[in-house]
Amino acid sequence: MSELLNSLLGPGEPEITCEQCFELLDEYVELEVRGGDPDGQIPGMRAHLSGCPACHEDHESLLAYVSLRER
Amino acid sequence: MPEVVVDESQDWPRDLRDPATREAACARLHALLLRAARFEIARRDVPHGERDDLALQAADDALVAILAKLDTFRGASRFTTWAYKFALLEAAVKARRRAWQRREITIDDEAWGRIAVRGGDQLETRELLAAIAAAVPRCLTEHQRRVLTALALDGVPVDVLAERLGTTRGALYKTLHDARRRLRAELEKEGLLP
Repeated sequence: MSELLNSLLGPGEPEITCEQCFELLDEYVELEVRGGDPDGQIPGMRAHLSGCPACHEDHESLLAYVSLRER
Repeated sequence: MPEVVVDESQDWPRDLRDPATREAACARLHALLLRAARFEIARRDVPHGERDDLALQAADDALVAILAKLDTFRGASRFTTWAYKFALLEAAVKARRRAWQRREITIDDEAWGRIAVRGGDQLETRELLAAIAAAVPRCLTEHQRRVLTALALDGVPVDVLAERLGTTRGALYKTLHDARRRLRAELEKEGLLP
């Protein structure tokens, strides 16, 4: 699906809210960094990150920063 | 030699609450938050002369938010990872608002008539976009249409729009989510989506 279509139609699957995303973001990122199963443990996060550009940016930033600090 | 990771996740909340250690713990945490905020600001298009001030404001606000929400730390991650997200969020929001501070947000309804052109060479994409443009005035409320136009079509950041409209990021995203669901249902009815 094109970027514009994704913006207009969203992920089309169950997703968590922005508030839940912020609440669970640290846990999700640590599961990613440590090779866990973030999408299995926090369902709906991946869909929300693909539908919400602001939360997507917040996730990218935390993942980048934690990865840098873990190096 | 690999760095030894010391997990201080239990110490931080205790030190931030205890009057005897609170001030030193706040200073230590603020230094970490400032470093995270600087990292975020450096990733964004902020003039060099404004970066330090913006990062400091973000670290200050993040510390206030963390102290207010200390009881919500569940220990599901390290305390520092939990804390960094506040600094990164504050820095990102400030940078996004700064980028849009002199830009007027206008809702251009005529843009819907032009979106099919943005589908490029793919016939299927162009057809879908044209069907969406036709469905928007038919299926969405005035508020949903305005929010969808600003966020999805014009690329206005959700927290910038929330500030202008005096609402929250979560409330706006809920509106966007409902609008998207209505459009999807309409396209499914027309046989354009599986």
